[in-house]
Amino acid sequence: MPFEQILQYIFSGITNGSIYAIVAIGFNIIYNTTGIINFAQGEFLMLGGMTAISLSAFMPLPVAILASVVITSFVGALIDFIFIRRLKKPTVLNMVIITIGLSILIRDIALHVWDEKVRSLPYFTGSEVTSINILGAYISPQVLWVLGVSGIIVALLGVFFRVTVTGRSMRACASNMTAARLCGINTRNMVTISFMLSAAIGALAGCVVSPITQTQYDCGTSLAIKGFTVAILGGLGNSTGAVIGGIVIGLLEAFSISIMPLAYKDAIAIAVLLLILFVRPSGLFGKKEAAGLKEF
Amino acid sequence: MSLKKLLTLIVCMAVMAIAVSCKKQNKETVKIGAIFAVTGGASFLGAPEAKTVQMLQDEINAAGGIDGKNIEVIIKDSAGKPENAISFAKQLIDENKVFAIIGPSTSGESMKIKSICDDAKVILVSCAAAESIVNPISKYVFKTPQKDSDAAQMILNLMKKKGITKIGVVSSNDGFGAEGKKQLEKLAPGAGVQILISEVYDKKATDLTGVLTKIKAKNVQAVVNWSIVPAQSIIAKNMKQLNMNVPLFQSHGFGNIKYVKEAGEAAEGIIFPCGRLLIVDELADSHPQKQVLAKYKKDYEGKYAEDASTFGGHAYDALMILVEAMKRGGSDKEKTRDALENLKGFAGTGGVFNYSPADHTGLDINGFELLTVRGGKFVKYEDK
Repeated sequence: MPFEQILQYIFSGITNGSIYAIVAIGFNIIYNTTGIINFAQGEFLMLGGMTAISLSAFMPLPVAILASVVITSFVGALIDFIFIRRLKKPTVLNMVIITIGLSILIRDIALHVWDEKVRSLPYFTGSEVTSINILGAYISPQVLWVLGVSGIIVALLGVFFRVTVTGRSMRACASNMTAARLCGINTRNMVTISFMLSAAIGALAGCVVSPITQTQYDCGTSLAIKGFTVAILGGLGNSTGAVIGGIVIGLLEAFSISIMPLAYKDAIAIAVLLLILFVRPSGLFGKKEAAGLKEF
Repeated sequence: MSLKKLLTLIVCMAVMAIAVSCKKQNKETVKIGAIFAVTGGASFLGAPEAKTVQMLQDEINAAGGIDGKNIEVIIKDSAGKPENAISFAKQLIDENKVFAIIGPSTSGESMKIKSICDDAKVILVSCAAAESIVNPISKYVFKTPQKDSDAAQMILNLMKKKGITKIGVVSSNDGFGAEGKKQLEKLAPGAGVQILISEVYDKKATDLTGVLTKIKAKNVQAVVNWSIVPAQSIIAKNMKQLNMNVPLFQSHGFGNIKYVKEAGEAAEGIIFPCGRLLIVDELADSHPQKQVLAKYKKDYEGKYAEDASTFGGHAYDALMILVEAMKRGGSDKEKTRDALENLKGFAGTGGVFNYSPADHTGLDINGFELLTVRGGKFVKYEDK
């Protein structure tokens, strides 16, 4: 295979991989503070994209995206406030079922608010036909945006969780909920913040990928499935794991296309995932001891 | 008897009385079932179809109905899922006792309910394109969209003219894509065209750069994409992104201006066969379809404030052909079926329909016109 072609596959894989990784990070943040998988994570992406598309008709694009991120994070907070916080006995199963229900609810509301048509944000730089030549491989400027934004999100989250008090409190919740509460951390507020944060990240991701993938009321589901796969592969709760897992799955998919028919793309990615999980049941970067403390 | 019970009884009787009197006042109605993918992945087909049928129902009833009978179209949303289509078809036949069914929107669904309608002797006028719906012929099953094989032939004819001999084919993994792929593979050798690579993508695909990289490496002279899903815009964008400078051909599934808007500049120059609805302004006044198309477009766009699409047109044709046959056959299902099968020279949105016992599509290759995109609009393709 010529070098340009290999590079082209690598770009294709990294692009998709970084989209999966952002979704997986959203899963991880909520998993860390609540111990559940938020199955409505994909809907945050859709909601973010759709809101920004509607708002961009009235205001400049950056403002629309910012507003959509803020609005979606409020939706995240609202979800926690109405559905999660009020649970008398919050068992993992209860909360998981609630998020599944919510994902259906949000999708149906979006269908009524925006109808069934496909929409997309304009390209942030250039247009549909702009193409950048990097060492013989061609990519769209939007791909650079996706890569850049994913990189910045991961970096900022790293700083947030290590430096700020809120971030540290959230990590404390992740390690041991009871101990965190005993130390005076308001774990309920941490859950709200985690919902807001992952909704905001989801919304931002939804905006950045919209020009490439296009946005439709039900586009969140398939992204959520891939993101979930990546989160498991990287080790649930581990953000670095999510990034590496995402890129591994993305590259696997891209190179599987080069040797096999496209139709087998997902099958190959899932087969490799299963193989890895046989060898390391807690994922690439998950710790066995940490996983043992969780209920799920 | 307590006062409460007495009151309940009176209310019940009043409701019944009203119901009975309503029935007396109303004219007799003929129930027609409609199964459309109003929501879900194929909603761009089902939504305009449902709107069209609703509009026509009001129009027909306002004009006095068929032979003095009003029509009532019962629309079911299958969300594009064959299993829903099956249960709705059974419900419409067994519970609603419909006279005929129009739809479903997609080929996969139509194939699943073909035998159900045939067994129940209920006329089915499908709005989906796949040829296998009417080939082999089922006595009670008809369809309105143009044939896939004609669309493929149209594309291949142009390739032959332009001297294109090596192509790559991509198609979606649904009924429509599979059928198009089959037809292209069957007809390509006859036009001297060689398919170097043929790939199938998921109908929810959001990125096709991987597979296009593979196709690019084969040095094809043109790419043909066969699908009805939003990936039609994505493939156009991805090709520009990868700097692929070969022509992109699409199927008649591209006949929706939404996809052109989504693909933006990348849509320029895409060539595809399609019905004449999209270029009605370019048609000569003497064209047999001109009046039908102009009226449908004006009515639909006036009522719903959105662009009319050829898909809504398929539902228009399905209902109007059925209505025409009912006018001839009356309330007898068998006579209506016979009238439909022998309907000739009916100008619809998809072309001039000529049904016969050997042809339940009613359209030939003349139902198509080659279109292209220029300045963000559909225009007739002129070979330079």
